[in-house]
Amino acid sequence: MTQTQWILACNTTDIPENGGACVKINDEQIAVFNFTRRGEWYATQNLCPHKKQMALSRGMIGSVGDTCEPKVACPFHKKTFSLLTGECLSGDECAIKTYSVKVIDGKVWIGV
Amino acid sequence: MIKPVVIVVGNGMVGYKFCEKLRAKSADFEIIVFGEEPRRAYDRVHLSEYFAGKTAEDLSMSTATWYAENNITLHLGDPITEIIRSTKTINSQKGIVLKYDYLIMATGSAAFVPNLPGVEKDGVFVYRTIEDLDLMKAWAAKSTSGAIMGGGLLGLEAAKALIDLGIKETHVIEFAPRLMPRQIDSAGSAILQQKLATFGLTVHLNKNTSYIAGDHKIEALKFNDDTELPLDMLVISAGIRPRDELAKLCGLEVGLRGGIVVNQSLQTSDPSIYAIGECALYDQMIYGLIAPGYEMAEVVAANLCNAQKQFNGFDMSTKLKLIGVDVASFGDAFITEPDCRTIIFEDTHKGVYKRINISNDGKQLLGGILIGDAEAYSMLLQTVNNKIVLPPNPEDLILGSRGGAAAEGAGVMNLPDEALVCSCEAVTKGDICSAVIEQDITTIDGMKKCTKAGTGCGGCIPMVKDIITGTLKENGKYIKNVICEHFDYSRQELLDLIRINKIKTYDQVLDTFGKGDGCENCKPPIASMLAGLWNEVILKQDTIQDSNDRYLANIQKGGTYSVVPRIPGGEITADKLIVIGQVAKEYNLYTKITGGQRIDLFGAHVMDLPAIWEKLIDAGFESGHAYGKSLRTVKSCVGSTWCRFGLHDSVSFAIEIENRYKGLRSPHKLKGGVSGCVRECAEAQAKDFGIIATEKGWNLYICGNGGSKPQHAQLLATDIDEATCIQYLDRFLMFYIKTADTLTRTATWLNKMDGGMAYLKNVIVNDSLGICQSLEEEIAGLIKGYVCEWKEVVDNQNLKKKFNHFVNAPNEKDPSIKFEPLREQKQAAAW
Repeated sequence: MTQTQWILACNTTDIPENGGACVKINDEQIAVFNFTRRGEWYATQNLCPHKKQMALSRGMIGSVGDTCEPKVACPFHKKTFSLLTGECLSGDECAIKTYSVKVIDGKVWIGV
Repeated sequence: MIKPVVIVVGNGMVGYKFCEKLRAKSADFEIIVFGEEPRRAYDRVHLSEYFAGKTAEDLSMSTATWYAENNITLHLGDPITEIIRSTKTINSQKGIVLKYDYLIMATGSAAFVPNLPGVEKDGVFVYRTIEDLDLMKAWAAKSTSGAIMGGGLLGLEAAKALIDLGIKETHVIEFAPRLMPRQIDSAGSAILQQKLATFGLTVHLNKNTSYIAGDHKIEALKFNDDTELPLDMLVISAGIRPRDELAKLCGLEVGLRGGIVVNQSLQTSDPSIYAIGECALYDQMIYGLIAPGYEMAEVVAANLCNAQKQFNGFDMSTKLKLIGVDVASFGDAFITEPDCRTIIFEDTHKGVYKRINISNDGKQLLGGILIGDAEAYSMLLQTVNNKIVLPPNPEDLILGSRGGAAAEGAGVMNLPDEALVCSCEAVTKGDICSAVIEQDITTIDGMKKCTKAGTGCGGCIPMVKDIITGTLKENGKYIKNVICEHFDYSRQELLDLIRINKIKTYDQVLDTFGKGDGCENCKPPIASMLAGLWNEVILKQDTIQDSNDRYLANIQKGGTYSVVPRIPGGEITADKLIVIGQVAKEYNLYTKITGGQRIDLFGAHVMDLPAIWEKLIDAGFESGHAYGKSLRTVKSCVGSTWCRFGLHDSVSFAIEIENRYKGLRSPHKLKGGVSGCVRECAEAQAKDFGIIATEKGWNLYICGNGGSKPQHAQLLATDIDEATCIQYLDRFLMFYIKTADTLTRTATWLNKMDGGMAYLKNVIVNDSLGICQSLEEEIAGLIKGYVCEWKEVVDNQNLKKKFNHFVNAPNEKDPSIKFEPLREQKQAAAW
């Protein structure tokens, strides 16, 4: 197994509260979500696999079910994906990549 | 206890489904799977989606951990090479030797390749596995023309794959005189062919290929009528051949033209060996569809668990979308007169063909064919399978009821409980009803998880939805229009709660009245309520807005945005037109006149939006709110200022009204119109509110709309003056904003209202509820608080910063955005 490499992505203030924004890491587009309400951070691929649009970072986040699984909804056709597992929650068989995030001293780091 | 060992030979869709079904029934078997291909079982039915962007992993039937989680041993890339029946042992290619108690042959089929001179040449492919697809993909990159040999179901799927691969010139060669000869008739084929031609597919029928010409690599197909077709690549899809070689080798009985012979229990000539799927020959027939394969898997899994289940053949009815065209064939599609009567509907203009075959006494539906529009398929199939007696006018089944009351959707609840709704997963209507009643499943997603209905081809989903709704209604369940799972309130209830408790933020609303962390369904409507109640700039809580409201522009295909400046009443000066032209030119935007008499500028990068608006605002434009659930336009005709028929100045009145209500947030978009005379050139009666000049004043119409279900607006008041007209509009709009459900247009709001127009008229004109004064005051507050959202952004550096694609590279545009030329402008690249 390869070692996780931590890359500095942005400042915490760059990502809106309870929302997301896109960062560019090694020519890859990664959506970073600041789930302020839960005090949690998530990162996924920015590409929505449904119609291949670079848009997930502009989607609304929220939760689903009794377990409050955190999710993001693509702004194009409202396909939703788990922020924990990347699994598509709208019944489609496509999943997205998720990344680990850590926040240290106001800086957001992404594990790739 | 020693568990019986079940070895599955082959890891295709049916082999996988067998494992799933056996494991679901019992943990008391040791299951071992051998597959020839290097990857887990994948969805071959949707193989062409691999070229439309799906990955091999997307197509996979299971997650990577599924086999381990279910205690199933999987050997990939290791086919079984020998079966020794005397000792019940198998040998695999990699040298594994194992004993079995039961052996399940699920070896599937291979593409049938005709014995044609030249098939060995480079550039000739078959269409069967992901490996085949990878080879095609590599070759297609340097090809401009390609052909499919075989115009059957699989052949047309393969043709879609070639189109998706970007082959400019795609041909289909069929030996028979029609396409899909096993499913559809000649007339249907002609319609299908015509439809396919619009997608750039050339079909050649009655073509007999004599050889494949070329030097090492394919250069052309030569036909026996001495014609030829120059080609860069050829995909052979001339049928399937059951993989029965292993069965033959160990002495199992096979059919003359291939296939492992099985009985009703799907046992081969050796009772401990079963065969399922496309390798099995039952009653002289190979079943080359997925649904019967799954049924066979079910029968064997049940029999191993000592349940008595038999395979009795299978209905080969099918519905699919081929290159975007609906094609369906059901029951006895080919029976002809005098054995039956046929009703045929053919529309070569729209490309629709429908044929139903009914019994001579007119009572039973026997079968039929649908091309171009297969919406009626599920209901027709149910009518055949359940022998439902036909209505007196059976043509209604394909034409819809013409005249009289429409009986839409009433049909599904009349089906018997045993009616098979999802044939891929063998789910009956009774299964769905009981999931609704006993397990409280009310959504499609829930139903998929609970019963698996709709998880195969997906064709039954509309019917499943109708059955869920029908069952709920039949059981008198109150379907409360709650906003989403996080709130147990309707929009109207929540709006009152927010207002009374003076709550200003989304999080407070959620903490006070909801649960969980919210979602994409409750955030935008609550954002709209907060905006409507407290009149704050929506960007202050931008992440609860839908993308369009968050970026104050409409997201379009490809991820760019469109910009619509307000042009009240459709009146614009030459100077302002010039500015729009200059901005469009500078930022390379596609421009189009909208239906609401304004100009839409498409293709703007998110980072360019503030600069674009700065220029527009400098020229005196304001936001057009095309992105919001709010007032769009008030369309006008030119009226008495120029028109020789005009009674009053409709343009000035339209401008006044548009400016009055601009920025108003509402449950859905709002559109208005003002016409200067009864000729109604502004089409005001198709709007949420429409005003038409009369000799004595204005007539006011409300609650109309265009869109998918057009509805004319209804007359609220006649011959009123302008002040009264505005007063009524104030009351009407505020009453709508306060009482309508989220995303309900005014027409639907009125349709659902008890008492209808008479009631609404009483509220607005006669103040029957005694609320008109407060309605007027509330809307006056909203009107007074209007600000142009884009001006706020342009004047605020912090707000401007939100308009970047990359937060860590603010000056870089999204490199994935692509355009294609379109006439003298451009369009978004296809997805």
